[in-house]
Amino acid sequence: MKLKLGLGLLFIIVVMVLIGPVFSEFDPETIHWDDMAIPPDSIYWMGTDVMGRDLYIRILLGGQVSLMVGIVATLVSVVIGVFYGMAAGFLGGRVDAVMMRLVDVFYALPFLFLVILLMVFFGQYLWLLFVAIGCYLWLDMARIVRGQTMMLKRQAFVEAAHALGQSNKKIIFSHVLPNLKGVVIVYATLTIPQVIMIESFLSFLGLGVQEPMTSWGALVNEGASNMDMAVWSLLFPALFLALTLIGFNLVGDGLRDRWDPALQNNK
Amino acid sequence: MVVKRLLWAMPVLWLILTITFFLLRVAPGGPFDQERELTPEMMQLINDKYQLDQPLIHQYGSYLSATLHGDLGPSFQYIDYSVNELVALGLPVSLKLGFWALLLALVLGLLLGMIAATYANKWPDLVAMITAVIGISTPNFVIAPLLVLWLAVHWQWLPVGGWSGGHWTYVVLPVITLSLPYIASIARLVRGSLLEVYSQPFVRTAKAKGLSDSSVLFKHALRPAMLPLVSYLGPTAVGLMTGSVVIEQIFGIPGMGRYFVQGALNRDYTLVLGVVLVVGLLMVLFNLLVDVLYRWIDPRMGVEGSH
Repeated sequence: MKLKLGLGLLFIIVVMVLIGPVFSEFDPETIHWDDMAIPPDSIYWMGTDVMGRDLYIRILLGGQVSLMVGIVATLVSVVIGVFYGMAAGFLGGRVDAVMMRLVDVFYALPFLFLVILLMVFFGQYLWLLFVAIGCYLWLDMARIVRGQTMMLKRQAFVEAAHALGQSNKKIIFSHVLPNLKGVVIVYATLTIPQVIMIESFLSFLGLGVQEPMTSWGALVNEGASNMDMAVWSLLFPALFLALTLIGFNLVGDGLRDRWDPALQNNK
Repeated sequence: MVVKRLLWAMPVLWLILTITFFLLRVAPGGPFDQERELTPEMMQLINDKYQLDQPLIHQYGSYLSATLHGDLGPSFQYIDYSVNELVALGLPVSLKLGFWALLLALVLGLLLGMIAATYANKWPDLVAMITAVIGISTPNFVIAPLLVLWLAVHWQWLPVGGWSGGHWTYVVLPVITLSLPYIASIARLVRGSLLEVYSQPFVRTAKAKGLSDSSVLFKHALRPAMLPLVSYLGPTAVGLMTGSVVIEQIFGIPGMGRYFVQGALNRDYTLVLGVVLVVGLLMVLFNLLVDVLYRWIDPRMGVEGSH
């Protein structure tokens, strides 16, 4: 139920964001001097902002940026988290203790404050946003993957592989990694909305995506500062942002319910 | 145990300070980059005060030793203030905001979670959980302007922003927006753990004894169900602190978050370092408090098993 609803919501949003711009005759940066702060009508489907730019095209193109940041930064965090967690869980013992203690230390850092600093100083590079957010969010993934790896390590088929004299590398890549797929997909799905939230949080502070590019967070920021003149310039990007986050959270929750049998009883 | 944890906090705080210090210094731009060239005399005065002409490692050393003595140095931007004074001004404001937001999140979250668990899979549960998903998924910087628009601009019940010494009318909107996502997550958490506790034998026994639903909930189920909530307090506090950055920005509240953003934008090295240090310290203390609380609620937890 949750899963279907979330997937449906995301499907609609992704289709709109990817294909929607084709139907618009407007350019996201063109200023229409005679049409400032026009409410939604048959020409400007989502109205114009106070600078006279068409919001429909801006919101959809901004959505492409927000979604791309969400997916790329999540990939960064998945790669770091999976390899770190797998190494800790597989090697075990003292190495594991040190590696996990390091994760504890990172947890205790006010990371978002450091990300804000990074964006203030080097904000003109979009790739930095991916790396910064990805480096911030890999911790949960590392913990979960570690737990899962330790569990797998004790399973009979891994012991059998050991007994057959397979190398550690072979065991990790052909036995452990494939079995982590489920957990990784679930938590990656739950990471995407977090990333989008952080990106929009930074863009809202004026630190994330910079003009002429835009994103949902930047649009919400613009809309919020002009809401007394043009409420729709706040409402539409806010709606898209919230629905996307709801969609990802529903899919993530749904997948987790399906994947984690311990939670089944509570439904 | 407490002492050991506090000692463990020292290297963490040192790491935070060191990362921030060098991050600030490799960043392009400096605190005195202006359109107009400064005269050599002015540069001299500035260097006397802030020691910017010293080698970096020397500056780092003297900053660390001053910090150990409790002196966070002079602010670069607020010329007449030391960072200690600015923290003394901003911290109570942020703490007040954070305290009320945490309290509101706990009270409403618990209440909603208990209602949802009591009526599991009936309509109050459904309504509460749909609200929770929306609450978790809607960033508070989206909700804040909307609330301002309706409650402050449209109906003029509350002020649009500002602080005014912390008069309650100025506190209500920021506290509500800050706590909303946490009300939602706490409600979900409490519902989940209550349902898990309900399925255990001792609750069945209590019910079989003929206890009413409410006494089963309050006398037996609530305490064990609180455990995940207590360990969620740490992340919540961190979230409230960072959330506070954006909320203070929206409502124009003179707290730590605002000093942080302004300080970063103006390359106010000492102010940024001071705020980061204080936030780090708060996080360490709060996590310690949570651990102590956890052990008090669940004495089964040994000294080593604090995670």
